[in-house]
Amino acid sequence: MKPDIPDPGLQSTGLADIQGRLLLIRVVVLIIVGLLAVRLWQLQVRDGAYYRNLSHDNRTRSVVLHPVRGFIYDRNGILLANRVPSFNLYVQLGDVPDREALIGKLVTLLSLDRSELTKTMDTHVRGTPVRLKKGVSLKEAAIVESHRLDLPGVVIRPEFQRNNPEGGYAAHVLGYVGVASEEQLTREAFQGLPAGSVIGQYGVERIYERTLRGHAGRKLIEVDALGHEKRMISVDKPQVGNDVYLTIDFRLQKLAEDLLGEEAGAIVALDPQTGDILALASRPSFDPNALSRGLRADVWNDILQDERHPLTNRAIQGQYPPGSTFKIIMATAALETNAVGPTDTLDCGGRFRLGDRTFRDWKKYGHGNVDLHHAIADSCDVYFYRLGHRMGIETIAAYAKQFGLGARTGIDLPAEGTGLVPSREWKRQARGEPWYPGETVSVSIGQGYVTVTPLQMAKVIGMIGNNGIAFQPHVLRGVRGRRGEWIDEWSPTQAVPLTLPVHQLEVIQAALAAVVTEGTARQARSSVVPLAGKTGTAQVVSLRSESQEETPKRFRDHAWFVAYAPFEQPGIAVAVLVEHMGHGGSAAAPLAKELIEAYVSYGVDDKERTQVSLTRPSDKVMQQEPRRD
Amino acid sequence: MIDEPWRHRREFDRFDWSFCAIILALSAIGVLTIYSVTAEQAGTQFPLYLKQAIWIGVGALAFLAVSRIDYHKVARWSFLLYGFALLLLVVVLFGGKASHGAQRWIALGPLAFQPAEFVKIPLLLVLAVYYATQNRRGWWYRVIVPALITVPGFFLILKQPDLGSSLSFLSIYVTLLLVVGVKSKAFGVVLLSALMLFPFAWSELWGSLHDYQKERILSFVNPDYDPAGRGYQGMQSRIAVGSGQLIGKGFHSGTQTQFKFLPEGHTDFIFAVLAEEWGFLGGVLFISLFLALLLMGLEIAAKAKDSLGALLAIGFVGMLTFNMVVNVGMTIGLAPIVGIPLPLLSYGGSATIMTMAGLGLLFGVKRERLKLSP
Repeated sequence: MKPDIPDPGLQSTGLADIQGRLLLIRVVVLIIVGLLAVRLWQLQVRDGAYYRNLSHDNRTRSVVLHPVRGFIYDRNGILLANRVPSFNLYVQLGDVPDREALIGKLVTLLSLDRSELTKTMDTHVRGTPVRLKKGVSLKEAAIVESHRLDLPGVVIRPEFQRNNPEGGYAAHVLGYVGVASEEQLTREAFQGLPAGSVIGQYGVERIYERTLRGHAGRKLIEVDALGHEKRMISVDKPQVGNDVYLTIDFRLQKLAEDLLGEEAGAIVALDPQTGDILALASRPSFDPNALSRGLRADVWNDILQDERHPLTNRAIQGQYPPGSTFKIIMATAALETNAVGPTDTLDCGGRFRLGDRTFRDWKKYGHGNVDLHHAIADSCDVYFYRLGHRMGIETIAAYAKQFGLGARTGIDLPAEGTGLVPSREWKRQARGEPWYPGETVSVSIGQGYVTVTPLQMAKVIGMIGNNGIAFQPHVLRGVRGRRGEWIDEWSPTQAVPLTLPVHQLEVIQAALAAVVTEGTARQARSSVVPLAGKTGTAQVVSLRSESQEETPKRFRDHAWFVAYAPFEQPGIAVAVLVEHMGHGGSAAAPLAKELIEAYVSYGVDDKERTQVSLTRPSDKVMQQEPRRD
Repeated sequence: MIDEPWRHRREFDRFDWSFCAIILALSAIGVLTIYSVTAEQAGTQFPLYLKQAIWIGVGALAFLAVSRIDYHKVARWSFLLYGFALLLLVVVLFGGKASHGAQRWIALGPLAFQPAEFVKIPLLLVLAVYYATQNRRGWWYRVIVPALITVPGFFLILKQPDLGSSLSFLSIYVTLLLVVGVKSKAFGVVLLSALMLFPFAWSELWGSLHDYQKERILSFVNPDYDPAGRGYQGMQSRIAVGSGQLIGKGFHSGTQTQFKFLPEGHTDFIFAVLAEEWGFLGGVLFISLFLALLLMGLEIAAKAKDSLGALLAIGFVGMLTFNMVVNVGMTIGLAPIVGIPLPLLSYGGSATIMTMAGLGLLFGVKRERLKLSP
């Protein structure tokens, strides 16, 4: 193919025409290129500072350095909560150009759950790295590192993970930690806390959050487009949290939980002289390590919906009818109001009639003529029906309140229950009904509307043993800084004492001793230490069937036993509650006995030794300084 | 007609010196900028800036070769060249090497080249020859026939898909159409009808695009919509340019580039790197050099010996202008991100050689003027 090349002569008009348009073309080129220059001026000169800032923000990133949480020890320095290193997988969403692609890669590389990844990324707090997985294995970490370029914005950070070396023991006391939710971050208590902070969500971890947490630091770094650190600009180091020492004696705590075993229930042991909680057990329990690590949503839901309510701290939140342990309060009220004298006897024929209602004694044919001592020792119901009927609900309520029932003890653990002390006023307000005399009779043996927590009952029995004096129960012994110096120590705060004179209290004390030696709790009799106590059986349903064995377990009675020891100079007060296990004397009293004997075997002078064992080499200097308390 | 190269050596005047100096200067800026972007890039056995220098060397040979051949001779073979180039495009469509979801390459041993680049000059030759010979006839011959010549190449490139190259290819036709294809009166009519036809062509055009291409165009409409997604490139590019401010952040110190916020810093977004590291001054220097080159090209057209030479010069300058303006425009948010390399600067062998050869053609037009007519 050979196209015609035109004769130049013929073309001259065409050429002239073309060249005539060149001026226009030049102008067009100049204008377009000029526009580029103008736009360049706009971007670089007029708005240059703005874009300079954007480029600065692009590459500098402020990274929160989370503080190391303080440790938790028991009263003897046994480590209950520390930390272990853990590798966590994070993503900085701002560095992810294509979220779907990233999710796809994470699913194939690390076999993470697609829907969960999507959900986590969608619900993140803006501008903060999102944690995709906790506790990444070394193999997974290696996979991520070798695919750095395919996983923009993904980083593995070594962090510390809360760990309870003793496993599941003391779970309800220690509690667990977790990442602060968006809602929590808006609360005043957590103001200024960086997103992603781990905070105490339960127990001591939650109550002493400020002490344990320390202060977060910040690091300013330069990153590339994939979010990888290139250079550190500045750092503000985090401050380690302080250590918390508890009043808990871990040996007792462990024993108490083992004693409950698989049964639901609670054991509280406290020192009536100081209010120190020595053991606070609640069963069923949970694994605080698993919760601190973070659970998958379905596992968490299973825990929340567990019918046995493992997350409930029964020792302080469980509100049960006190059963016959309430007779301690009844006796106190009766003696002080002279409703009955210490030696007066009342006849128990096995039943008490009021109007057309009959209240039965647990002993079918009655106890015969009993005085206060025997009425307590044998837990005679009719005796107390009569006393209650005599005194009336208002008097009973007043004394119950004197013991601190119906109100929080003020223990330093979250969500304590109050229990309930019923009165006419309460009934009118809560139920809109008048008080019936029959209800007073029920309350007299700790049934009906009255409810208490095991902790309250431990306080009650401690008060009796300690001649009417009680201290606010608490789990904090003191706070120590990282260098071992004591920053704060708990000084016992006395609660309002009983008004009953000591010589009358001694009548009740003697009766409580008789409960163990000759009464309903002979199973708690100890050859090691003299102890005093009171059994109780809390009805779950008012229908009293002939045999507890025939009743389905969830309708069976709760077993109570409250006790203190040694009798003369009580160092420990114990409340045991075992759900659905029937009689306190058989189901609860042996547990209390075993706990008390263990306490005695550890030595009364333990507290002195504790001081020495807690001393670290570094505090020798501090020891010379006067203690502040 | 006897070619006498020796005669022209004396004629290598100031214009020629500056013309070559500008080309060399722009190429050097390109190599330097590629060096800045890729110096620390791991995994390349042979540094990209050196590769680009080699491409420029090859391009320089092409420049010399093409400039020494009489374009009238080349024009004789133009239809054959165009046909061959179209054939290559068909080959690429069926047996090409794919990367990034597009099939644009033909592999030749260790090398790969983009036929889309090498079809541009044949088209320019064909259209220039056509308009030079088919002067002053009806609109059918002015507009439609050249369009029919252009369309096969355009669609073959678009099909790869390579939106940028296909538009760049089209720009040759449009340039020549505007310069000679239409009379001044008809000018408006054509533009108007093109605009009116656009909605009909749109769905066909839009449908043939890949999703990422659609997204790029959508992101041009609203770049702030999603900084991490569609508008990401354009946004980062504007930040790079803007943050360069008056004097830039300095060589190898552009944070947008060095920390890889800016994608494709050595190819499509090389101007953003330049502007970030050398600032407004560097950007304007580049634009001025390029403008000088374009005006010199038009000067060659103005003094061309015949319409064929003038049309070749104008067509090439038109395409060069289009490529530069769209490329720079997309880095500063004036044009959609369509993936057109910046002539002489962007890394890439095919484009560099094609540009150099085209400049050689331009130079040849100038040289031919001095020859005596046979």
